Amino acid sequence: MTDAPSSPTRRDFLMLTTGAVGAAGAACFAWPFLDSMNPAADVLAQSTVDVDLAAIPEGQAITVVWRGKPVFVRHRTVAEIEEARKTPLSNLIDPESDQARVKEKHEPWLIVVGICTHLGCIPTGNKAMESRGQYGGWACPCHGSLYDTSGRVRRGPAPLNLAVPPYIFLTDTVIRIGAEEKAHG
Amino acid sequence: MAKPGKLVEWIDSRLPVFTFLNKELRNYPTPKNLNYFWNFGSLAGITLVIMIVSGIFLAMHYDPNADKAFDSVEYIMRNVNYGWFMRYLHANGASVFFIIVYIHMFRGLYYGSYKAPRELLWILGVVILLLMMATAFMGYVLPWGQMSYWGATVITNLFSVFPFGDDIVQWLWGGFSVDSPTLNRFFVLHYLFPFLIVGVVGLHLIALHQHGSNNPLGIEATKADKIPFHPYYTAKDFFGLGILGLVWSYFIFFDPNFFGEPDNYIPANPLVTPAHIVPEWYFLPFYAILRSIPNKLFGVIAMFGAVGILFFLPWLDRSPVRSARFRPIFKWVFWTFIIDCFILGIVGAHTPDHIYVKLGGLSNQLLGQLTTAYYFAFFFALVPLLGRFEKPRALPTSFCILLALSGPLYATEASTPPSENWSFQGSTGTFDRTDLQHGFQVFQNVCSTCHSLHQLRFRDLAGLGYSPEEIKAIAADHKIPTLNDEGEPTERLALPTDSIPGPYKNEKAARAANNGAFPPDLSLITKARMGGADYVYALLTGYEQTPPREVQLSLGMSYNPIFPGGQIAMLPPLSEGLVTYDDGSKPSVENMAKDVVTFLAWAAEPEMEARKRMGIRVLIYFLVFTALMYFVMKVVWARVR
Repeated sequence: MTDAPSSPTRRDFLMLTTGAVGAAGAACFAWPFLDSMNPAADVLAQSTVDVDLAAIPEGQAITVVWRGKPVFVRHRTVAEIEEARKTPLSNLIDPESDQARVKEKHEPWLIVVGICTHLGCIPTGNKAMESRGQYGGWACPCHGSLYDTSGRVRRGPAPLNLAVPPYIFLTDTVIRIGAEEKAHG
Repeated sequence: MAKPGKLVEWIDSRLPVFTFLNKELRNYPTPKNLNYFWNFGSLAGITLVIMIVSGIFLAMHYDPNADKAFDSVEYIMRNVNYGWFMRYLHANGASVFFIIVYIHMFRGLYYGSYKAPRELLWILGVVILLLMMATAFMGYVLPWGQMSYWGATVITNLFSVFPFGDDIVQWLWGGFSVDSPTLNRFFVLHYLFPFLIVGVVGLHLIALHQHGSNNPLGIEATKADKIPFHPYYTAKDFFGLGILGLVWSYFIFFDPNFFGEPDNYIPANPLVTPAHIVPEWYFLPFYAILRSIPNKLFGVIAMFGAVGILFFLPWLDRSPVRSARFRPIFKWVFWTFIIDCFILGIVGAHTPDHIYVKLGGLSNQLLGQLTTAYYFAFFFALVPLLGRFEKPRALPTSFCILLALSGPLYATEASTPPSENWSFQGSTGTFDRTDLQHGFQVFQNVCSTCHSLHQLRFRDLAGLGYSPEEIKAIAADHKIPTLNDEGEPTERLALPTDSIPGPYKNEKAARAANNGAFPPDLSLITKARMGGADYVYALLTGYEQTPPREVQLSLGMSYNPIFPGGQIAMLPPLSEGLVTYDDGSKPSVENMAKDVVTFLAWAAEPEMEARKRMGIRVLIYFLVFTALMYFVMKVVWARVR
């Protein structure tokens, strides 16, 4: 392109500014469309589920749905708690103590998101009939990951422990899953 | 920087995209005297792309089922991130698209762009128009409001005039009336047709580039008269885009329902036709032609003919001169034709028995017939005759520049209730939080005994300034039907995530409790009535104790001159002191009405404040962009003379 004889620098400045303003505008215009694919307001607000623990006998577990995901609520036996607590952290793939994964004074209650941290399958072991694997927790049917009685991964390929969702004890026998997260749930 | 060049060369020698782009977008020789009317082709292309993009994202959330479509649109408006923006962009985009395309076509008509060798270019344009009309019509059905439903019914019934018409109509519907199957297929076709339009637009561009653009003088441009498309017309088109952005944004953010009908915020009801049914403005002239002819078959033929005649225009006009600038009589005939189209639009917007008092009692029917006659006379008599007998002015041999601009105007009829001074009106108005909370109190204590508010969830009340704890408490005052572990129906306390439950289990229960009348859902009431907030306020305060002597009130009805027909099943809902405001303000009927209307206006448009805030920013952006592009255009064009 041949430049006009008068002040090429001012001209360049105008062109560059305009180009930048145009590009910024196009980027801003794209954002609402991309953001529209994020969870909508009502989905975000589906935050809490109340679970009555009184009906779960020791040694058994139930599955509740929270935000479309299965959450395992397990009433652990004394032996199972013992087992989880005496495992040295150095034996773990994702070291985390059992104390950090349950609420104080509510040690029998293990609440974890029931989704294998490998590729998202649902591990077996929550129902009485199902295999819990050699560590007594859960066993993923897809690629063989094993979890212990604290929901910690003990054999891969899963890289992380089963996630602990936010929850609070409303009373000694009722928990609210998701309660800490959103102010107006 | 040698590498990208090599890569480009490598690709180009195998797939000549870069050669193509260079030839068609960069070097493409364009007459240098094009005026601003030549902007509208590229604007139409940009609009098409924006419509497709916004449509795709809307389709991700829309549910084409007769039971769910209306609510899913409101779901987009209220829950999807920026859903209201996408929907208003798309809905107003349809009108913007037609404005642009109509100007584009009138430009072609004025400057003779349809004449040899551009006949096929013009015909492809008419094909695009037809596809656009079909797309727009089917798109208007999707929100599944009253206008959607009855528009679909009326338009599909047009096909009943043809042989085997009833079978055709049933085939279109997939049933014995417009219903879910119709809605679902319209949705699919509404998604498909824009891509057909893209295809025809491609052909339109190939045809255009074969002989290049026409120009305001209508003479063949010599090589010296042409300049490369880039940077001259790219700069000019971007400037035009800035103007388009300003206009379109204004409607999206500050008057999003300007082109819409309040009735379309009432869910489709196959048993009740709205009192005043009109198509969207861009169909009004054709609708007027349909109604002007008092015979079903010929009316339909005339309406389709009004568009179809455009296909033959290149052969109806035999004048060797293209541009109306050099056709002294055609110029006047052209402008008369434009005015005629506008009058047809006005005729279409009014009821068939409307009388124009100011025009000496002229009936709408007669005006429609006169303008319809002129519409066809233009194509069948004036254009062919002028082509033969008009003496054109001498054509110049070189170019000169002329600029002109005009915009369309659209008149609509509306009876407006007296306008109140609302805190939320104007381009920066916001809802008064005290009024909102008072209004909600009035709604809960008074309205909610009969009316539901089901588009709203308890958590939305955060918009009124309530805290999460207050919202939980409000929700816990309500019960939601559910099933217990044995599968038996039972009730639980409402949570903030629940929709606000109505007072009745279903419409039948509501009618049984209200003397056969159905108290409408109030979620959208200020959007669903002509006059909006002013109307609802006037209605609430407009009851009269004793009806005029000529009015015979039916049993259980009250007299309210604001309500259409004057007889309303709702008893006067407000009376002095019905609620107690905790800040001690006086609960007079006027105050309560004002508060509850403010609340209902918020309930109808909870996004309004965010919309206006975003709108100011967007308008500022487009002002800056347009100003910058203006200077860029001036700098670039300084080299041309």
